[in-house]
Amino acid sequence: MLILDVHKRLGDFVLRAKFDTMSAATALFGPSGSGKTTIVDIIAGLATPDRGRLLYRGRMLFDSEAGIDVPAHRRGFGYVFQDGRLFPHLTVERNLDYGRRMRRLRRDAAETRRVVKMLDIGHLLERRPGKLSGGERQRVAIGRALLMRPQLLLLDEPLASLDAARKAEIMPYLERLRDEGVPMIYVSHQAADIRRIAAAVVRIEAGEVKASGGLELLDAADADAVR
Amino acid sequence: MPVLSPEEWTAVALSLKVASWATVLSLPIGIWVAYVLARKSFWGKALLDGLVLLPLVLPPVVTGYFLLILFGRKGPLGAVLAQFGIVLAFRWTGAVLSCGIMAFPLMVRAIRLSFEAVDRRLEAAAATLGAGPARAFVTVTLPLAMPGIIAGGVLAFARALGEFGATITFVSNIPGETQTISAAIYSFLQVPGADAAALRLAAVAVVISLAALIVSEWLARRATARLHGI
Repeated sequence: MLILDVHKRLGDFVLRAKFDTMSAATALFGPSGSGKTTIVDIIAGLATPDRGRLLYRGRMLFDSEAGIDVPAHRRGFGYVFQDGRLFPHLTVERNLDYGRRMRRLRRDAAETRRVVKMLDIGHLLERRPGKLSGGERQRVAIGRALLMRPQLLLLDEPLASLDAARKAEIMPYLERLRDEGVPMIYVSHQAADIRRIAAAVVRIEAGEVKASGGLELLDAADADAVR
Repeated sequence: MPVLSPEEWTAVALSLKVASWATVLSLPIGIWVAYVLARKSFWGKALLDGLVLLPLVLPPVVTGYFLLILFGRKGPLGAVLAQFGIVLAFRWTGAVLSCGIMAFPLMVRAIRLSFEAVDRRLEAAAATLGAGPARAFVTVTLPLAMPGIIAGGVLAFARALGEFGATITFVSNIPGETQTISAAIYSFLQVPGADAAALRLAAVAVVISLAALIVSEWLARRATARLHGI
């Protein structure tokens, strides 16, 4: 489904990532600073590799040799950022509708209602992001990414900025997305979160892919942590 | 407020007309230049930056003199414009140009700061949601920079309203055509016994400038409140 093989140098940090995944729910797992966010940015088209290739479902998104670099706005990938990044000048409702408007998709009131209900944000629609709690903000960010009808959902530590209670509040929504079959790449440094969401794991350390496979990779990580 | 004579009214109306046009016409250019200076890096950027700021530090008479050389009837640009029926020298349209240029540095500075303050991560978010660069600019960057754009516009308006040196050099001091409030005050001060008229116009200038600042403060406050989601 996704094939990635890229090089990128960022100052002293060198990213040399190569993996492919066939799973609809793949986790990028590794310590902070290992390059997970850079990989997601590359998939989204927000960061440009120095060289390499990126394919999603047979579509070449980046190929340095062929000179292909599909810009972020034409990739159609929904991105839920760690820090939400809701547009502060727009109401929740307009934030949710932004992707549909920009992609010139038809209005789909039923789908909007469904997502709003699933994320339980109906009572927030008139508010602006400045008046939302952290958990509400992340739920709206997930809704915004879903309502652009993405081909792939990129979730970069969507729970990291939240306390345990907020986390518990959002986790079920993410599980429901996975069960609905929305393809996703889920980034986290928390094995417990990944166990609940993902079916495949790519382990990243110091800018390199150390292993890729199933959830059993998390056990090895746990063993490392214990040792 | 004291009652103004027809001549004084003419000067006030002309000042408002000139300052309004100068602001409206230079705003799109100012936004563009400010954006380029805030976001792009290119060869000659320091030069562009310097050119934009130049009218702020140059003696206004010098700026007016250059305008006269360039846009006078026989000047290189003036001759070209004249073929299209556009004459700037000694016309109120020339006052619009000189006021616009003198106000430009203040405008660009305020707008540039506000562009630099816009969180670029929001523009990245807009891109992932399908917004190309132009649409991201219109739907995210521009609204977020709005308080600065309002401030820049009002500053430029106030500056244009009070412009004197470059304007009088370029388009002279013709009542009804190029005699703005400042030029009229200057003229009244040259004539014995016209102190009262000068004082009345000075009062008008204070009122208009103060009103502009209050309105801009109010608009910027509202825009800022909107941006912070209140």
